[in-house]
Amino acid sequence: MAQNRENPGWDRLLAWLTFFSVLAALYLSLVYAPTEKTMGDVQRIFYFHVASAWIGMFAFFVVFVASIAYLAGKDARWDIYAYTSAELGVIFTTIVLVTGPIWAKPIWHTWWSWDPRLTTTLIMWFLYLAYGKIRSSLGEEEKRARLAAVFGIISFVDVPIVFMSIRWWKTLHPAPVVGGSTGFALAGGMIPAFFVSLFAFTLLYIFLMRRSVRIERMSAEIRAIKENL
Amino acid sequence: MNFAGKVRVLLWKEVKSELRTKEMLSAMLVFALLVAVSFGFALEIAKDEVAKVLPGVIWVTLAFAGILGLNRSFVSERQNDCIYGLMLCPVDRSAIYVAKTLMNLMLMAVVELIAIPMFFIMFNYPLPANLGLLILVLFLGTYAFMVIGTFLSALAASTRISEILLPILMIPLIVPVLICAVQVTGGVFSGDLSGVSLYLKLLVTFGAIYSGLPFILFDYLLEV
Amino acid sequence: MIVAKGLTKQIGSKRILKGIDLEVAAGEFVTCFGPNGAGKSTTLKILALLSKASSGQLFIDGMDVSKHGDVLRKKVGVISHNTFLYDNLSARENLVFYGKMYEVQDLNKRVEKLLEDVGLTYAANDTVRTFSRGMQQRLAIARSLVHNPPILLMDEPYTGLDEMAKGILNSVLQQLSQSKHTVFLITHDFDQGLEQSDQTVVLVGGRIVHRCDPKGIGREDFRHLYLKLVEGA
Repeated sequence: MAQNRENPGWDRLLAWLTFFSVLAALYLSLVYAPTEKTMGDVQRIFYFHVASAWIGMFAFFVVFVASIAYLAGKDARWDIYAYTSAELGVIFTTIVLVTGPIWAKPIWHTWWSWDPRLTTTLIMWFLYLAYGKIRSSLGEEEKRARLAAVFGIISFVDVPIVFMSIRWWKTLHPAPVVGGSTGFALAGGMIPAFFVSLFAFTLLYIFLMRRSVRIERMSAEIRAIKENL
Repeated sequence: MNFAGKVRVLLWKEVKSELRTKEMLSAMLVFALLVAVSFGFALEIAKDEVAKVLPGVIWVTLAFAGILGLNRSFVSERQNDCIYGLMLCPVDRSAIYVAKTLMNLMLMAVVELIAIPMFFIMFNYPLPANLGLLILVLFLGTYAFMVIGTFLSALAASTRISEILLPILMIPLIVPVLICAVQVTGGVFSGDLSGVSLYLKLLVTFGAIYSGLPFILFDYLLEV
Repeated sequence: MIVAKGLTKQIGSKRILKGIDLEVAAGEFVTCFGPNGAGKSTTLKILALLSKASSGQLFIDGMDVSKHGDVLRKKVGVISHNTFLYDNLSARENLVFYGKMYEVQDLNKRVEKLLEDVGLTYAANDTVRTFSRGMQQRLAIARSLVHNPPILLMDEPYTGLDEMAKGILNSVLQQLSQSKHTVFLITHDFDQGLEQSDQTVVLVGGRIVHRCDPKGIGREDFRHLYLKLVEGA
């Protein structure tokens, strides 16, 4: 049954497309893009760091939308989307939280700063770990989907307020030495590296999403078959 | 009978039942006092440093005492499936949430009334001049974290591992509330009130959002 | 009194009810049998307005439950194997609490009468925590009757009852059916179920597979029929 619904041709195309764009992103960001003058090679981590951050955030947005859709119609498909996207969001956000300090140590001379963006990302990461914890603590499908959806909505609504509150908190304090200006203009060769990385990560997200959704769906089918035996 | 009347009946039930055992109150109170004592011992510090540490200590203590109480908040409804008994009654389900929240706020008020003076005694710190503002921030901070906490305790109570789950769900959501509350409390202690109004506004915002969301979502928690 | 048309319930990927049609006249006593997992409790939860059907229609007293929830909740009482009683409240406090929730008029008199009916006047001020299982179940019966509902739904009420509680439950049931209450009883117990009922339905796999007037059918014959129905499904 699973095969009938899917189109393997598209998936194969997507897989190859993802593969080549990741290769291209690697080449562009590690070789092609010029070395940043003041930061040196460590700046190259920025291409993956920012791309993961965007995709992580996008993944949590998908959780939010899918959670609302689930509560509105109780269609189990939305629950699978929400769950899969939350898992991927945690993975991409973990990449963000790991690459950030690697970059920060030589540039800011510290691994971590309680900057609004960092703190918000960390809190967000904890929120979606908690989301996973709700799911793993419940056996019954329907209840698990329902409670997780409720929490998925609360978590996402929370993210922008957390960001605002911490920004206010920080701006009221004297700016720390390390938390100064982090923005830098992208030089010519950096622009393609950045956008191709972003494109590659987006494809990777879509590819992983489709894969995991299919796996989840198949295991749901197996469960349904088992129950009817 | 209207919504408020039903809430009053539900609250009467909560109070009666808590007064009989004092289960939650005693646990929260003893916990808060123990923390006050432990910090008093552990942080033997000069008075000018106390002003920096004490706001954080107070709010972390209150948050954890709150979580301790919240863990028990919905236990009575799970025993004998009372929650079904309530859901059979002709009452809006959010009334159940409102009554529980009011009960938890009352418990926290009692805890704070006893524990906060104890902190000043244990840390040998004078009462701040601006007591009104201290009470205001205690109210706003407690309100913001208890409204969302009560909701999450209802959520956690329907899982197998509610007592482990609740802090994991709750702490990331209340961290910003604690940050704001600590900032205001710090301002009250140091007498520097320049940034305080912004944080008070933020606390009000959090309070509004954290009581609004449960209102929309509580029905989904109790579906059968 | 109760009219259900094509009730279904889907929870997750499981279809618990696959179209229940049921008609219960006012004052009728209906008994529902069925193996575990047949959907009996789910049916009862829908009739009790605790849970919403995924599709189908349900009318109680001629009113659509999706529109008149709060009015209809007052017409329904539920006795289940769980007591819905607060352990830390006394017997009287439990009844007063539920009575207020149902907005019962002249509540104190009603509570004292109920305590007397279930033989718990002597323990009215003791907390439920100290009650034996049988006492708790008796109080649960009183609790379900506090708002004097014309419809009584019962989910395995005999589970865990001592002899005295069983006797009280039986006499309550008799009184109720004499006073034209509508009763819907789920049970495993052929002895209790068949005696009083006007209509018997057998629920298997989310469907009503058999309905009959059990009067005149011997208990052994019915047991035989039931086993055949369960195995055949």
